Amino acid sequence: MMEKQRLVIIGNGMSGARLIEEVLAHQGKDIYDIVVFGDEPYGNYNRILLSNVLAGEHDPADIFINPLNWYQEQGVTLYAGNRVQSIDPVRKLVHATDGIEVPYDKLVIATGSKPYIPNLQNLYAEQGNLKTGVFVFRSFDDCDAMIAYAQRSQRVVVIGGGVLGLEAARGLQNRGLEAHVVHVSKHLMNVQLDMSAGRMLRLTLERMGVKLHFQKRSNALLGTECVTGVAFEDGSQLDCDMVVISTGILPNVDLAKNAGIAVDRGILVQDDLSCSLPDVYAVGECTQHRGRTYGLVAPLWEQAQCLAEHLTLQSTPRFYQGSRELTKLKIMGIDLAVMGDKEEVEDDDEVIVYSEPSRGIYKKLIVRENRLAGAILLGDGTVTPRVLQLFDRHEELPENRSELLFSLSHEQQGLNIADLPDDTQICNCNGVSKGMIVEAVKSGKRSLKVLCDATRAGSGCGTCMKDVQAILEFASDGAVIEDPSVHYYVPGVPLAKPELIKAIKEQHLYSVSAVFNVLAAGKEDAGSKAGLASLLKTIWGKEYEDERDSRFINDRVHANIQKDGTFSVVPRIYGGVITPQELLRIANVANKYNVPMVKLTGGQRIDLVGLSREQLPAVWNDLGMPSGHAYTKSFRTCKTCLGTEFCRYGVGDSTTLGINVEKRYQGIESPHKMKLAVSGCPRNCAESTTKDIGVVAIEGGKWEVYVGGAAGATVRKGDKLCVVDTQEAVLLYMGRFIQYYREHAKYLERTYGFVERVGIERLRQLLIDDVDGICQQLDHDIQASVDAYVDPWQEASQPVTPAQFMDVLQPVEKITAL
Amino acid sequence: MSSMMTSGRVVYNLGPLDRLPRGEGRTFLVEKTMVAIFRTRKDDVYALQAQCSHKGGPLADGIIGNGTVICPLHSFKFCLMDGQPVGNSCASLKTYVVSVDEYGNVLLQMNE
Repeated sequence: MMEKQRLVIIGNGMSGARLIEEVLAHQGKDIYDIVVFGDEPYGNYNRILLSNVLAGEHDPADIFINPLNWYQEQGVTLYAGNRVQSIDPVRKLVHATDGIEVPYDKLVIATGSKPYIPNLQNLYAEQGNLKTGVFVFRSFDDCDAMIAYAQRSQRVVVIGGGVLGLEAARGLQNRGLEAHVVHVSKHLMNVQLDMSAGRMLRLTLERMGVKLHFQKRSNALLGTECVTGVAFEDGSQLDCDMVVISTGILPNVDLAKNAGIAVDRGILVQDDLSCSLPDVYAVGECTQHRGRTYGLVAPLWEQAQCLAEHLTLQSTPRFYQGSRELTKLKIMGIDLAVMGDKEEVEDDDEVIVYSEPSRGIYKKLIVRENRLAGAILLGDGTVTPRVLQLFDRHEELPENRSELLFSLSHEQQGLNIADLPDDTQICNCNGVSKGMIVEAVKSGKRSLKVLCDATRAGSGCGTCMKDVQAILEFASDGAVIEDPSVHYYVPGVPLAKPELIKAIKEQHLYSVSAVFNVLAAGKEDAGSKAGLASLLKTIWGKEYEDERDSRFINDRVHANIQKDGTFSVVPRIYGGVITPQELLRIANVANKYNVPMVKLTGGQRIDLVGLSREQLPAVWNDLGMPSGHAYTKSFRTCKTCLGTEFCRYGVGDSTTLGINVEKRYQGIESPHKMKLAVSGCPRNCAESTTKDIGVVAIEGGKWEVYVGGAAGATVRKGDKLCVVDTQEAVLLYMGRFIQYYREHAKYLERTYGFVERVGIERLRQLLIDDVDGICQQLDHDIQASVDAYVDPWQEASQPVTPAQFMDVLQPVEKITAL
Repeated sequence: MSSMMTSGRVVYNLGPLDRLPRGEGRTFLVEKTMVAIFRTRKDDVYALQAQCSHKGGPLADGIIGNGTVICPLHSFKFCLMDGQPVGNSCASLKTYVVSVDEYGNVLLQMNE
């Protein structure tokens, strides 16, 4: 085994500690001995939550992410309360206090930032530290000292009306002080907010009793022993017995600068977070990347993730591209989230504003090229998660912008997570309560995926996922880890679907094991196999190299597994139309094999439930009907109404079309199941508008085609894709949509989520107007899949794997003990 | 491994490795005990109690990969090597010593 290298990290704050977590998560312990230096004599805590501690809303103990013993458990050497004095890049070692000298193979500087302190007269005491009663608000110790001093103070002046200043003011007000904020600009949080939002925020804070003073430049502190007031350039004064300075931060660059590392405002880093000297990297608030420095948590974490991937030699490490910034004001009773631009920048920028001063609500969106370039959301947090997601992922926006500004009234939105009692059941499939989820978050499960894996919440029907996400955000106070695998098609191969498809095609990967070998370093992930198998079959059709171990049991035996390990058999009944002979045959089979239950399904078919695996081939043979695919992620069934043949209202021949739909698309695999329907008139008796694809005949010989409907765990009315004149055209557009869904949906994403994500307008452009010129290919590819279809029940006579249809095997001999 | 038998144990020959499809599991009835036997794509073999500790799911029908099996009923994951639950709090599963001998036969060791 390769000899381990030493990774030295200077700084144990939010970025340094996060980097350690990321390196460990990428099996970095096999490569490195990790040594970390921290200024403060503690483990690692969540600095963002200091405001809540100050406000008395959080117990100080709760904000520790990793206590000292965590480092021991992880085998990480922590020098806590030990400052690195200098870096010797030639001998590759660092010097710390107490004469400690530690050599490094790789060095990471994560020294963070320090408060910027303006030049005020009478600021310092004789010993050179800040005058008694004057504080900066940066560290745990600062917070502690402020809480202690606040007990004997009546009136605080906070210099600086930015996020931290406002949080400090409100926090101290909570502790009984009269809080004043003095601000140089004309409105609060002028870096993040436009004038209107600043004004609205001002009103809200004033209503809470915070005293605000604008266009006030402080120039001196008053008082000899202790601070007694603040004097301003305009000659006015404000008496107080406590002052908090919150006028911005400066990156800590001295250590790097003295070592000859290139710095500007921050330490200059490349996209791989490397500095100007070899084997030296930097992350966090101390860095400057592409001209920008960051003072928020999400960018630090992105940087830590990228750097960890580089340090641990991942095959395709991410390069840091800069971050999209989100600011949230953490003041109880104020809901404020700001992201990106606050004003229009380009001529074509679209600005959407909603303002409701009496309730303190202000919402503004800046839209550029149909994507979100910025947003201010004040006074209504219910829409924030959706807007943030669209901003973060740079996704296209819905045509109707008001959808973004308001939560839909008919849905149970705005579930106030904070107010729910702990025993409220959140996941109704697995019986997971709010308390269980919160506990898991507190124990470090801070990404949605890890949280769901650990609690099983959201792993049933999935509809509670939004609530789980909300609880995660609530319980982690924004310290959420975005799991990169949520963007992957399957968790075990680190590629989003388009990149994965590209790699599969370019490198001619025809089997699931080939994909693992080439794209996942040979590591086969059980949870990814079925998704890959589905995708490969979609891509390669007949050329796909089927490996049966990649299939879920249902697809190995072509039946649906039941709770007792028996199976159900659903023969295909095209369009729900059946002959008496077929009915008799089904009845005879049910009798002959003593089927425990015969059940009519919701898809107009007959289910024979409770058969053993050994009975399956004989049952199929006796039925003499093809598989109904009631067990796989594929086209399932096409429900029909009577239509023109008998119904007195029918205007279109729904049964014939339904039969043709089912004959054409039977067994076509897809990311999730597809349930279809054809109705013969607008009365819509086949419930076409709540199917994955639904067709409704209308007067004049026309057919409406709906996509993305659902009537299960989620209820959604399908969107009208098109209106066509012929049955052939219905089949054509249906096939196009199916193929596009197969190629672009995430695994296990139903059409209702997919259609909503892509948008019906976009789908019409792609599949009807053919704006991207892909239709011919889609038509060709779906035809190839149709042609490749083989009824899997033909395996009855020729099992594909040994003992495919055996319930149990016996040993061949017992060897007597020697 | 079969030569290291101790008293009180008995070995069953489950037949040639090819009775098990590569990457899949099969359930064996050994005297009165049901055992799930797995063969990985690298031809390693593992043996676990046949039914999961959650709701008695048939583990041999699960998808395997990276040393784990996912139960087909509710997707709980277990380690093939030691039967421990992975990412869930189900009870751990009983494991059995299983190996392939020089003739390619799968040998399962059990307490008598």
